[in-house]
Amino acid sequence: MRGTRIVSVLAGLAGLAASGAAHAIAWYFQTPVSGIARDIDQLHQVIMWLIIVIFVGVFGFMFWACYAHRKSKGHRAEQFHENTTVEILWTVIPALILVIIAWPVTKTVIAQKDTAAPELTIKVTGYQWKWGYDYLRGEGEGISFVSMLATPREQIEGGARKGENYLLEVDNEMVVPVGKKIRVIVTAADVIHAWWVPAFGAKQDAIPGFLRDTWFRVDRPGTYRGQCTELCGKEHGFMPIVVRAVPAEDYTKWVGERKQAMAAVAEDPSKTWKVDELVARGEKVYAANCVACHQASGRGAPPAFPPLAGSKVVNGPEPGQIDVVLNGRPNTAMQAFGKQLSDTDIAAVITFTRKSWGNKASEVQPAEVKARRK
Amino acid sequence: MSAVVDTHAHGHHDHHGGYGGIMRWITTTNHKDIGTLYLWFSFIMFSVGGLMAVGIRMELFSPGLQVMDPDFFNQLTTMHGLIMVFGAIMPVFVGFANWQIPMMIGAPDMAFARLNNWSFWLLPFAATLLVLSFFMPGGAPGVGWTMYAPLTVQMGIGMDLTIFAVHILGMSSILGSINIITTILNMRAPGMTLMKMPLFVWTWLITAYLLVAAMPVLAGAVTMTLTDRHFGTSFFNAAGGGDPVLYQHVFWFFGHPEVYIIALPGFGVISQVIPAFSRKPLFGYASMVYATSAIAIISFIVWAHHMYTVGMPVTGQLFFMYATMLVAVPTGVKVFNWVATMWKGSLTFETPMLFACGFLFMFTLGGFTGLVLSLVPIDIQVHDTYYVVAHFHYVMVAGALFAAFAGIYFWIPKWTGHMYNETLGKIHFWLTLVFFNMIFFVQHFLGLAGMPRRIPDYPLMFETWNKISSLGAFGMGLAQLLFLYVVIDCIRKGAPAPQKPWEGADSLEWTHLPTPVPYHTFETPPVVK
Repeated sequence: MRGTRIVSVLAGLAGLAASGAAHAIAWYFQTPVSGIARDIDQLHQVIMWLIIVIFVGVFGFMFWACYAHRKSKGHRAEQFHENTTVEILWTVIPALILVIIAWPVTKTVIAQKDTAAPELTIKVTGYQWKWGYDYLRGEGEGISFVSMLATPREQIEGGARKGENYLLEVDNEMVVPVGKKIRVIVTAADVIHAWWVPAFGAKQDAIPGFLRDTWFRVDRPGTYRGQCTELCGKEHGFMPIVVRAVPAEDYTKWVGERKQAMAAVAEDPSKTWKVDELVARGEKVYAANCVACHQASGRGAPPAFPPLAGSKVVNGPEPGQIDVVLNGRPNTAMQAFGKQLSDTDIAAVITFTRKSWGNKASEVQPAEVKARRK
Repeated sequence: MSAVVDTHAHGHHDHHGGYGGIMRWITTTNHKDIGTLYLWFSFIMFSVGGLMAVGIRMELFSPGLQVMDPDFFNQLTTMHGLIMVFGAIMPVFVGFANWQIPMMIGAPDMAFARLNNWSFWLLPFAATLLVLSFFMPGGAPGVGWTMYAPLTVQMGIGMDLTIFAVHILGMSSILGSINIITTILNMRAPGMTLMKMPLFVWTWLITAYLLVAAMPVLAGAVTMTLTDRHFGTSFFNAAGGGDPVLYQHVFWFFGHPEVYIIALPGFGVISQVIPAFSRKPLFGYASMVYATSAIAIISFIVWAHHMYTVGMPVTGQLFFMYATMLVAVPTGVKVFNWVATMWKGSLTFETPMLFACGFLFMFTLGGFTGLVLSLVPIDIQVHDTYYVVAHFHYVMVAGALFAAFAGIYFWIPKWTGHMYNETLGKIHFWLTLVFFNMIFFVQHFLGLAGMPRRIPDYPLMFETWNKISSLGAFGMGLAQLLFLYVVIDCIRKGAPAPQKPWEGADSLEWTHLPTPVPYHTFETPPVVK
């Protein structure tokens, strides 16, 4: 154990030199693709130059004093200790500089806040630990999906080579048309998250129980990646945001495909499934939604994330477990999956847990789930 | 440290109550003993918090999860922050206050000697609670040192221990501050008017007022968290009519003054050290006092600049932005004054002066990134990224910690009666400086490029800077072992120190008191002209 760790540290050291070549070293803002992001970039550059000039000026004096006014060079200390003119000047001049900076910054702040008259409105909901997207108004209205990390666990745990977009890839990308003003309404279902796409200069905290908004207009087609930026629990580092901006006609096409797919997925909840089919489907649902907390072994990580293997709820009456999955458990990371998953998916995942890890409880059919929905 | 004072006992001055051994330290009401206790306590907590930082940097050395699971990573970041802020940086300056304020104003001791003992002895209990939380079911809280609701509601019993620890720490700070205010206002030697006090005393007077005003607010915030967790009060729960953002407002109303609570005593130390090694009086003494007061007052109206991304109304954002930019003015005045003090002085660069120059240079860098962060649009881009992590470590480490090192090297001859090893002290400075910048300078790049803070794993484009940062952290940790050696070496076998080892030092402890300083001083107050 320790041996491998030392080896990995040494390998890392060796890789330090090489890593620069393997991946471009990021050290400044991503290329801005919205007007706001460009404003931010320009403001930042202006203020950086200003800072550098002042810094060099002030510390020029300090280093000159360190060099020329040393005792070892025989410099005798003068005993002045105040000068009203100088002191007033170095209070007033910085204040004036600040006023000059404040003007363009204020304009950007007002522009950032102006979410009026959007052409497309999308609600973004933060969950532990994924993002939900609901297209509320504009072309694509009614589209709704959940977006989760697509990087395989093996890459994270070191069993497989890490891909190019390691930790920045999702199963369902948010798709938007370029050139249109898009208002994003941000909220959360459990704890505070923050939705951020650096290339858009748009970041908004997702606050449970409240709606906040921001907006962006993308100039260029492309795929833009960001991450959750507010600590939201265990998997905070693993809930990226990926936005694909496409030309208007491609967007229309995507909307059509998405709507067809949603219609196809709309299954009949009254269908009776075979147990094997439910378990097979449930295993996939479990891997996507449950495994981060309850673990592949079903043993969880108590007490925060209780085990399902041998659990009283899982081995108990069906309605009890259905209610927990549908409505969640308040004040824990167990969220209300009723809003995210279909009756069939919920029935499948419940059946999977009731038939795995030594659990031997009866299966649950979609109709039972539907009946428990309020 | 004052064990040494003990061995150099001479005359009737040096008795210390009826107890020896450990009971001496438990029952002591002597400001010097209590100062020593604070200093050692903060060093121990600095080591504990530092070890946690090394753990964090080990996990971040490479992309992927190698050393720990994300839950434990969150626990480490949380406890690193809480322990460093409340266990290391705040107590170290209270240690300075205890040792120095009575000697610098010509008082025999602190005003409330028994309260002083109690203020200190609360701390080990609080620290124990904090560390114990790791061993509770579910471990320590993994919520960040800011303890934002409603994530706190999901935590195990470790969260409750942390809340109680924060209460006790706050109580200790409030009691200590009452003591400091009373001492400074009532026990100055004849002739020591307020405007003749050494600047260190001034900064502590202002800091103590900040503490008395801010700490109860923190206590309120964590109490509301506690009742939300256990009694269903819903202060921060929208479903019960509350608001998660309310927590942030309350927390940062404490949290921003807290920044200056940490920084101001450091400013005070630097304002003693720079004139001493420039052999020249502090430039603009009066404007330093006014600037410090101005910073303290402004600190109460800028709290929401930590919350630009919660979605405040535009007028709110603009108000907090303008108020925050205003902080740059008095802070600038202070920096200009320090540089002007050095200007045309007769400079030497013993270790305290090196740390003071390091402070000046890098604290200003942290101040400048603070100015960048005050601007709403730029802050929205880098909020909760490593840019912020870099910024506040420049202020807390290169600011407060460097000031603390400067102060320790400056006063340790007076406290122990021995000189420290100057060569090793200088090596300690240079190692700390280089490794500090290795850790944190590159984090500016990480933040600009978009690496969020508090993540245990990261995309591949951040790897190089994280490796450099981690290597720097390991070096920084080792360099502090050298510091420990220098201090112990100084106590055990340092050369005897003269009464005034620093040519330009001019406050009462250097001009009126022998070295090593007797156990009881200024039983008859000196007269200040």
